[in-house]
Amino acid sequence: MSLKIVVLAKQVPDTRNVGKDAMKADGTINRAALPAIFNPEDLNALEQALRLKDAFPGSTVTMLTMGPGRAAEIIRQGLYRGADDGVLLTDRAFAGADTLATSYAIATAIKKFGDYDVILGGRQAIDGDTAQVGPQVAQKLGLTQVTYAEEILSLDEKTRRITIRRHIDGGIEVVEAPLPVVITVNGSAAPCRPCNTKLVMKYKRAMGGLEKAELAKQGKELPYAALYEERPYLNLKEWTVADIDGDVQQCGMSGSPTKVKTVQNIVFQAKESKTLTAADCDVEELVKELLDKKIIG
Amino acid sequence: MNNVFVYCEIEGTTVAEVSQELLTKGRKLANQLNVELHAVVAGTDIRGKVEDQILPYGVDKLFVFDAPELFPYTSAPHTDILVNLFKEELPQIALMGATVIGRDLGPRVSSSLTSGLTADCTQLEIGDHTDVKTGTVYKDLLYQIRPAFGGNIVATIVNPDHRPQMATVRSGVMQKAIYEGECRKEVVYPEVSKYVGHEAFIVKVLDHHVEAAKHNLKGAKIVVAGGYGMGSKEGFDQLFELAKVLHGEVGASRAAVDAGFCDHDRQIGQTGVTVHPKVYIACGISGQIQHIAGMQDSDIIISVNNDPDAPINRIADYVINGTVEEVVPKLIKYYKQNSK
Repeated sequence: MSLKIVVLAKQVPDTRNVGKDAMKADGTINRAALPAIFNPEDLNALEQALRLKDAFPGSTVTMLTMGPGRAAEIIRQGLYRGADDGVLLTDRAFAGADTLATSYAIATAIKKFGDYDVILGGRQAIDGDTAQVGPQVAQKLGLTQVTYAEEILSLDEKTRRITIRRHIDGGIEVVEAPLPVVITVNGSAAPCRPCNTKLVMKYKRAMGGLEKAELAKQGKELPYAALYEERPYLNLKEWTVADIDGDVQQCGMSGSPTKVKTVQNIVFQAKESKTLTAADCDVEELVKELLDKKIIG
Repeated sequence: MNNVFVYCEIEGTTVAEVSQELLTKGRKLANQLNVELHAVVAGTDIRGKVEDQILPYGVDKLFVFDAPELFPYTSAPHTDILVNLFKEELPQIALMGATVIGRDLGPRVSSSLTSGLTADCTQLEIGDHTDVKTGTVYKDLLYQIRPAFGGNIVATIVNPDHRPQMATVRSGVMQKAIYEGECRKEVVYPEVSKYVGHEAFIVKVLDHHVEAAKHNLKGAKIVVAGGYGMGSKEGFDQLFELAKVLHGEVGASRAAVDAGFCDHDRQIGQTGVTVHPKVYIACGISGQIQHIAGMQDSDIIISVNNDPDAPINRIADYVINGTVEEVVPKLIKYYKQNSK
């Protein structure tokens, strides 16, 4: 049995390591100060996809991402690890999408693939932490969903049912679901394999049209321009709303039922604090004070 | 119609605490909007066992769906129950816990109904909204307030045109309280097959194993929390000792959990547990906003840090300038000497 596997992955700002320069004085986010990374749990999902491909030779793994031209990096990172191809959904009409409009675009693109058995994605992205897109894609495709997956345990070729271990609140669960299925993978799952050197050599010049256009805009020449005709796989696919026969009204801001009313920078009320040293007398005095006030003890 | 709904999550026949917290919040919202609070629960052999855990929080009407295979939870049957019930009842607000179940169910329901859903809200309020472009004024919307961008900003989200307005809230963010006012406390037991088709039971749960929480971090009166500055898993041992002496619990920042110093279920912050202790002792925690969001309501905050500029010091009542290795043993020693 060969499987058609789709991996949903997102390029995100690295919100885990926000330094002091991440917020501008006016309270907006200084995106330039945050490096763009492969959403961590999407890497866990990619690993599960590659394991399925290893177990069922002839299977293919297709990366699917949405974002600006530079998000093509996500597809390259997938190719470096063993994915077969990828598509970048990119269109101004997708901008400002909440999770529902995002899942509409992704589900519509997956329908365009026609054939699919397993759709894998990270449980959530670190820039929004919502965990909503996976289940919403599943609903829009009318597919079964298994969220918070930790490991795909087995796949029965005859019954086409997949067995998955999930990480649930306070424990674990093992479930069995029919294909096709949408699976979202938890950060506690196996980490993703590193890039394969041969694949890096093969795909390092892979580029999307928008990236090439950006180079041209900067007046830079495309290195090895002839290579892209010779090796068509170096031209990464970019799809617009029109390419997926999407309804613009259901994309981006207009397809989003939730609206951001206000955004505020968080300012915590500073307190008047008492500063102590680590000296014995200071520490003892503090402990006595807390005991006297019956705050501890 | 137009009522506030809370989906109550269960483990066996025990209603989750987060659902009770949401009932209390839902009651307040319903009072403000002058509508009823309705609750829905689905499980197996729960009739007569769950009502008393739900009604006292101010519920006017409870829908109990009791049928085989509704427990353990699977996505499709519970989605069908909510979607079909909401189509009949047309609630204006629907709340559920930001748990594994709530975060599996909420998006599936919202996508089915094309309604907006906001995850992990930290505050829910009622207010008006004016659309900047059209000038349309919307009365009494649910303000869904949540941290975003790793907790560096807080966003207020509204759903002007779609119902229900859906939100999930993490355990411990709201406080539960038995409702003292008047409410109807009606209970109905709808016929499950009218809501859920046979084909919905497509996922089989082969094994379901849940252990009671090993600790009560959420309800602890004293929390000793460690950050990345603890340096190692062994570094946390002294925090466990201090917590034991003080009869408290150990928590950790996301950085410490990510580094493997401490178990994930002890993470305090926006994506972890929210705590409200009497005393919070932050050891080697710099105080990223997403951490502070989970502990800022502590009565007294003590920061032990050798960086005098650590952001957490700004919200601390006491700052001890020193290394954790030096200060924590002294706290233990002087507590033992001076207590009793």
